Amino acid sequence: MNNRIPLTAAGVLLATATLSVAQAQDGYDAPEGWPAPMAEHNMAMALFDRLEYAAPDKGHEELVWDFQAWFGGDVNRVYLKSEGENVQGDGEDAEFESLELLYSRLIADFWELQGGVGYQGGVFSDDHAERGYGVIGLQGVMPYGIETDVALQVSDEGDVSASFEGEYDLRLTQRLYLQPRTEIAVAASEVEEFGVGEGLNSVRVGMRLGYEVTRRFAPYVGTYWEKQYGDTADIARHHGDPTEDTGVVAGARLMF
Amino acid sequence: MARSSVTTHPLSRRQLLKGGAALGIGSAAALGLRPAWANPWGQTNVYSKGVEEGPEVSLAIRRESILIDGKEARPISINGTSPGPMIRLKEGQNAVLKVTNLLDEPTSIHWHGLILPPEMDGVPGVSFPGIAPGETFTYRFPVHQNGTYWYHSHSGLQEQLGHAGPLIIDAAEREPFRYDRENVLLLTDWTYEDPMSVFRNLKTAEGYYNFQERTIADYFADVREKGFAATAEMRGMWAKMRMSSRDIADVTGSTYTYLLNGQSPEENWTALFKAGERVRLRVINGSAMSYFDVRIPGLKMTVVAADGQPVQPVPVDEFRIGVAETYDVLVTPEDDTAYTIFAEAMDRSGYARATLAPREGMAAEIPERRQIADRGMEAMGAHGMGGMDHSGMGGSDMQGMDHSNMQGMDHSDMNGSDMEGMDHANMRGMSGEQNRMNANGMLAAGAAQPGSRYNQAGIGIDSDARRVLVYRDLKAFTPWPDRREPQRELELHLTGNMERYMWSFDGKKFSEVTGPIHFEKDERLRLILINDTMMEHPVHLHGMWMELENGQGELIPRKHTLNVKPGERVSALITADAEGSWAFHCHLLYHMDAGMFRVVKVS
Repeated sequence: MNNRIPLTAAGVLLATATLSVAQAQDGYDAPEGWPAPMAEHNMAMALFDRLEYAAPDKGHEELVWDFQAWFGGDVNRVYLKSEGENVQGDGEDAEFESLELLYSRLIADFWELQGGVGYQGGVFSDDHAERGYGVIGLQGVMPYGIETDVALQVSDEGDVSASFEGEYDLRLTQRLYLQPRTEIAVAASEVEEFGVGEGLNSVRVGMRLGYEVTRRFAPYVGTYWEKQYGDTADIARHHGDPTEDTGVVAGARLMF
Repeated sequence: MARSSVTTHPLSRRQLLKGGAALGIGSAAALGLRPAWANPWGQTNVYSKGVEEGPEVSLAIRRESILIDGKEARPISINGTSPGPMIRLKEGQNAVLKVTNLLDEPTSIHWHGLILPPEMDGVPGVSFPGIAPGETFTYRFPVHQNGTYWYHSHSGLQEQLGHAGPLIIDAAEREPFRYDRENVLLLTDWTYEDPMSVFRNLKTAEGYYNFQERTIADYFADVREKGFAATAEMRGMWAKMRMSSRDIADVTGSTYTYLLNGQSPEENWTALFKAGERVRLRVINGSAMSYFDVRIPGLKMTVVAADGQPVQPVPVDEFRIGVAETYDVLVTPEDDTAYTIFAEAMDRSGYARATLAPREGMAAEIPERRQIADRGMEAMGAHGMGGMDHSGMGGSDMQGMDHSNMQGMDHSDMNGSDMEGMDHANMRGMSGEQNRMNANGMLAAGAAQPGSRYNQAGIGIDSDARRVLVYRDLKAFTPWPDRREPQRELELHLTGNMERYMWSFDGKKFSEVTGPIHFEKDERLRLILINDTMMEHPVHLHGMWMELENGQGELIPRKHTLNVKPGERVSALITADAEGSWAFHCHLLYHMDAGMFRVVKVS
């Protein structure tokens, strides 16, 4: 698997986004050559929701990122999302757990339907197994303000998996917040190479305490618990990895 | 220092400004000059010669470094000051206003509240193509009205950079009130941030400027006060809607410095009076985004005009002024003491302040700041509630509603559609008599719409604590000329998506609509505005008056900007006599820019 698919898709997606921007402003019938009274603005933003150093009880320490960026208007956007880690001291380069390029469309006040392509594997190296996949997902805010990202992935080998991420900000003061979050992964078929078993793969629950120095910079500390289930746990055991672990994290949320 | 330069160059000042404007050089601000209307002695004093007197005025628009609140800032200046100079015209004149654009981007000036030919209205893309860099555009129009107005840029986000100023028109005939002295109080909100980055913050991070959100401490305080069940239910409703009940202002004192005549609260601009004089304060809200609650502790204010139009006197202790509105009030300070003019931002995140004093250098106590209020059920009144489960609203939510207030209301007068989304709690004061229908089966002209809250000042203002102006108080002196009943009703919903910061009419941003709103030439129209959002919107129609149907029958007031509270249903009568294309929009700058804008075509 190479990176050509995501790159080609990038071009297509950008073209789609640009088209939607170039729509004629038809709200009036002004003479030729007059500017539109109100201009539509495209926006861009990038967010490291988590950029943290994790120290688990049993496993290896690792640098973890959870990043997303978007460009576009109110309805149509292009997203670049990535999660991954660099396990410390294993002599291997960092690994993308996911690197996704998505077209996103606002389908309800709080929900975006997103679809595109993804890549899993080494960042700049062949240290890790690689695969490409297609992804369709729903990102938004559930009632009660729970930030949600659910996605269904189909790999280039036809393997199907799904993931759910949810997080919630509980405001302790105007700047101090407590953020419970959870990640759940399931798969329809076993892919041993990637440590994926059939059925419920893993559950990860965490709690972070952050302080918004500014809206754009919030350092935090936190803790998490994770457990692998069924075949996934068996695969982990087979590799001599722990199937249940807890750990502490320290990092920052960064917005650009 | 500014004052002394004004006093030492009383004669040269105006020539200097004019010369500078004409040549496109020089900067009055660099010489430390302030707008003449901000002079403490006001118009009745000899030092006020720097005002740009009509009928012929030249204005030069620049971007330059000026100190604001003592800090380096780069506002847009008009003849060297920001906000710009006061333009003074006289009713009956033919105004000739030459605007020279010395910016490196197009600009414009809109004369807010003036009835004039469409090509002179100053909205790029609607009235004219705008004023290109280096160009001079000459506005020419006959002045058919008098009162307190203002002017501002209608290009992009320039208004946020101080591209605004007062526009005062002296009456040809005597006004229905007398005064000894007058002062203009122009309220603005200044940010040292680039307006585009403010907009981007609003667009990309909801609640970016709100540092008064509810915290867990507020929750426990509510539990103590109202009990667990009521608190859990109320908080549950807001949480379910994924909205903040503390979303009172999108942009707050966390970035804004609130200015009065361009001066910060610390700089304390001072208006002078002699004890016993009757002082007319012409209050203009020229902010981009901020509503203010204005009061002068120790003085009763008598409201004598709203949006430049005379109203029957209303004595009040405080009034709320929406963005782009103007109110004229009279005060008569009897004592030889200082009074604080206190304009608190609606979300309580800051205030503008000035002093009314018999001598320079005096100051009175600054009133205690109030706490931000939480929006309650009233905000959800006509709100669509985006998929919210109404059945989830248990009986206890309704307990706050006083059914007895609805007595005397003739339900048969209301057609079914009016009942939808109506806030029953707000029917107080609605009498059956005002609710009668006209021949077209519509409510009679001047009647208050069901769902209006003209007897309430709005969120966070306690009308028990002091006498607060409400829309219901506004009453014209004589009926406006067109007494026809409305022939047609036009309903527009004010809509938005706070999460994405999308704002619109009828769910469509300006970029999504397919044509202008059509008014039939010379028709008598009822415009009904229904606010489906959780925020106030000051809705401004260019080119024509809106006669606010506040229940005052044939003495309804006329306005250029209507504040529509969350969940409220407001109506106005319009005589569509101004042929041409006109802008119609929410006057919150970033709401307008986000799409809450339409073109009205009268033909």
